[in-house]
Amino acid sequence: MRKRIFRRSEADIPELNTSSLPDLIFTVLFFFMLVTHMRQVDPKVSYEVPQGTEVRKLGHKSSVVHIYIGKSAGGDFAIQLNNRIATVDEIKAFIESERRMMSAEDQSLLTVSIKADREVPMGIISDVKHSLQQSMALRINYAAIESKE
Amino acid sequence: MCLVVLERFNQNNPIVFQRRKRTVPGLNATAMADISFMLLIFFLVTSSMDADKGLSRQLPPLPNEQLEQEQTVKQRNVLQIDIDAADRLTCNGDTMSAKQLTQRIVEFVENVENNPSMPEKSRREVNLLGLMEVSDRHVLAIQVDRNTSFDAYFQMQNAVVAAYNQMRNHLAVRRFGHSLDLCSKEELEALVIVYPQRISEQQPTDGEKGGKL
Repeated sequence: MRKRIFRRSEADIPELNTSSLPDLIFTVLFFFMLVTHMRQVDPKVSYEVPQGTEVRKLGHKSSVVHIYIGKSAGGDFAIQLNNRIATVDEIKAFIESERRMMSAEDQSLLTVSIKADREVPMGIISDVKHSLQQSMALRINYAAIESKE
Repeated sequence: MCLVVLERFNQNNPIVFQRRKRTVPGLNATAMADISFMLLIFFLVTSSMDADKGLSRQLPPLPNEQLEQEQTVKQRNVLQIDIDAADRLTCNGDTMSAKQLTQRIVEFVENVENNPSMPEKSRREVNLLGLMEVSDRHVLAIQVDRNTSFDAYFQMQNAVVAAYNQMRNHLAVRRFGHSLDLCSKEELEALVIVYPQRISEQQPTDGEKGGKL
């Protein structure tokens, strides 16, 4: 070694071993697959749900039916069932068809989640509730974000 | 083991038993990361993070048209909660915030001193709790306007649920020694019997044009 004192050591940058990179990314992927759920519908109305302190998690996903109430593209309030804008009168048929697609166990647990914008007037909500009563879907849930105080 | 022996043997007799070295070719896994990244991004785009949370309520069944009869409730048993078209919350005529409403409902339903202007209670044998004074006559009468915003209504509902949870939690801590969240099914049922939610929602009043679709 003494002899080569003036000779530069060869500056080879060692290559990064990336063989475990896929494993890392798969871990992240599985994490996301577990904590998220697929979007069922495209929201056609924009809504901002209220905040509350007493909100609870919804039960079985398979027994939940969503009704969206928010501002449509035109700027006025509209109701969305599945992927289209609908009127209050269509809710009854919608609940019936959703109920038929469920298993007997889910039918008894049927919960309607009302995802409504904060600004929606109660007149619309009240009409929706009335038609839910008519179709005997009595468990409802007002979607909200949890807030501390 | 066998391979090691073979190799030693080969070293000793380099010419006779020379064999081609067989190595399993390694799989080129550099593109694997790219593939899994693609999957990851696909899931990020198609899924939504927000867990479904909300305030659960039970609607009353529609009253039968023929059998409908006006139920008369004594004045002392009714707590009238109104929200007008401008989102003002009033309770028996007093304007208040949602937080104050929670306290008001707790005072009203519990009626600790058996005040004659507050709801009647009845003595009942309750499973797990024994003889209890049960507030099963009170009614929260809710009246909103068609122009009331959903947010104001939701805050009011939230305050109502908060009031019942507060009372049940208080009783659970006192009698079962743990909070409401840790109660078993039987304990919850007993608490619900002592503090039943008795809420009556009237048809919304029609302010001016009304929030018709």
